[in-house]
Amino acid sequence: MGSLSLKNIRKSFGNVEVIKGIDLDVKDGELVIFVGPSGCGKSTLLRIIAGLETESTGSIEIDGDPVNGQSPSMRGISMVFQTYALYPHLTVKDNMSLGLKQAKRPKELIEKRVGFASSMLSLDDYLDRRPAELSGGQRQRVAIGRAIVRQPKLFLFDEPLSNLDAALRVNTRLEIASLHRQLSATMVYVTHDQTEAMTLADRIVVLNNGVIEQVGTPMELYNEPKNKFVAGFIGSPQMNFIPASCLKIDDAETIGIRPENILIDGAKADLTGKVSHIEKLGSDTNIYADCADAGLICIRLFGQHDTEVGSDISLHFDRDKMFKFDKNSDTIN
Amino acid sequence: MSVDIQRTARSQVTFRAIAAHAILITYTLIALFPVFVIVINSFKSRNAIFREPLSLPNAESFSLKGYETVLKQGDFVLYFQNSLIVTVASLTMVLLFGAMAAFALSEYRFRGNLLTGLYLAIGIMIPIRLGTVAILEMMVASGLVNTLTALILVYTAQGLPLAVFILSEFMQGISDDLKNAGRIDGLTEYTIFGVLVLPLIRPALATVAVFTMIPIWNDLWFPLILAPAEETKTITLGAQVFIGQFVTDWNAVLASLSLAIIPVLVLYLIFSRQLIKGITAGAVK
Ligand SMILES: Nc1ncnc2c1ncn2[C@@H]1O[C@H](COP(=O)(O)OP(=O)(O)OP(=O)(O)O)[C@@H](O)[C@H]1O
Ligand SMILES: [Mg+2]
Repeated sequence: MGSLSLKNIRKSFGNVEVIKGIDLDVKDGELVIFVGPSGCGKSTLLRIIAGLETESTGSIEIDGDPVNGQSPSMRGISMVFQTYALYPHLTVKDNMSLGLKQAKRPKELIEKRVGFASSMLSLDDYLDRRPAELSGGQRQRVAIGRAIVRQPKLFLFDEPLSNLDAALRVNTRLEIASLHRQLSATMVYVTHDQTEAMTLADRIVVLNNGVIEQVGTPMELYNEPKNKFVAGFIGSPQMNFIPASCLKIDDAETIGIRPENILIDGAKADLTGKVSHIEKLGSDTNIYADCADAGLICIRLFGQHDTEVGSDISLHFDRDKMFKFDKNSDTIN
Repeated sequence: MSVDIQRTARSQVTFRAIAAHAILITYTLIALFPVFVIVINSFKSRNAIFREPLSLPNAESFSLKGYETVLKQGDFVLYFQNSLIVTVASLTMVLLFGAMAAFALSEYRFRGNLLTGLYLAIGIMIPIRLGTVAILEMMVASGLVNTLTALILVYTAQGLPLAVFILSEFMQGISDDLKNAGRIDGLTEYTIFGVLVLPLIRPALATVAVFTMIPIWNDLWFPLILAPAEETKTITLGAQVFIGQFVTDWNAVLASLSLAIIPVLVLYLIFSRQLIKGITAGAVK
């Protein structure tokens, strides 16, 4: 359907540069997810791709055609917004068909596409309702339906699930995954949510402060983070960072170890500390230990464990699973 | 114990509701009293007006003399029509141009956006009457004296600052996502303005309409200065013919004022449903 190629995209608001040179290629049919801390420019980048914001420099190609300067409706894209953004005065059906009507497409075609989208999203019973008469989940499905009906080359999603409650979020996530499979459409998706990114993405783009830190499949990012930022951003609970001097390792500045790679072992203790907090999740237990120089360290144990807050604890780190970072926070291989 | 607390809480709520209503009713009575006096006296004979100004008209004092005088004075219908034309035309222009300016100011980032907004807002603080002499000179120069156009232009200018100010506040509250969704669906900026944005600020439009309409309808100053000719007199100015330096035809004055209330009342009723929504928009989510 459509590929996307960004070359050296920059964007400034006044004197503040928000996007600082982004190069990215999204292949046909790929689902790429942008993650990054709040304010790093994810939405801005997505709006630039959509044509809702003009880039300061750089070029954008959709399906091989340069689209710089084209209006949003000419770019062959659809966008789903966090706030649904349905037209309040139109029925579900009219909401979905407005774009095609505006493009003067034949009536039968519009009917067919709306029918297809509404049955795919189980919206058949709601076609004559107004957005105000729908629940949040239904509204977001209508917004997704509106995107499908246009049959775009590229789908853009800006945090589409963050206004939904937890259960609905899982359902809608599955729905988007199956949509991606059925339509084999190219999608660019922005989210805050780790789980969403890890479960949905073909590739994840980690953004920080307007630059790309790393691009890769979820497992690449988890197993081979390029630097401390990516290592800390992917994975939950977050990776522990310990000054290398605490572990008497001298070829690195900082050591990173994921909570699931720490063992509690009195015989081979790398560090000792006191338990300061325990989180019991049923399937796992997260233990937070206060270790003098190394600070607060999170240990994730599989299954259920009873440990007293305040008791002493000895930690052993799996050497093979350690990450080493240099002074510039880059990973040392 | 907890029942007691609940009861006290409830009686407090009731007390507050009663107090609030008492205050509001008192205010309503005070505000309506002059109108009420005008209307009842317009149905009384001249003697009765002076003898017992506060009593209702009865069989003995009832008289339609005022209304007869007003209606016999043939021009009265014309005055009425002039007022209506001026008010409705000015109101339309204020709402249309005010909403358009507000949309531009709140929607687009351009150089001088803030400055333009401030410049337009200054008009709220400086009364347009300070410029009367200059306005009169301009109208004389452009040959618009004694035309309704002159009044319409002045009232449009008078109403715009507040309209732009209020409407752009409201427009900023409309979600960007909605407008962007429209752009992606291929709506033009005009359609986005007319079809998506205007319906959502209807309460604000009604509020602005009422605040703009009443001063225009009641104005005596500009009709007197810019358009005092017989064929362009507005109703407020027209009613002055019954007030003489030595004799005042009170029946006719009161009757014409009573009649003048009707059109604004009708316009107000049209807008009021929306207005109530507008006033409470911020307070009750
Ligand atoms: N219209 C604007 N004018 C000025 N600055 C802006 C504008 N829009 C966004 N910014 C700035 O650009 C930066 C990136 O914003 P953006 O909305 O892209 O962040 P984000 O990564 O989507 O964050 P979030 O995850 O919170 O949605 C922010 O620092 C924001 O303040
Ligand atoms: Mg965002």
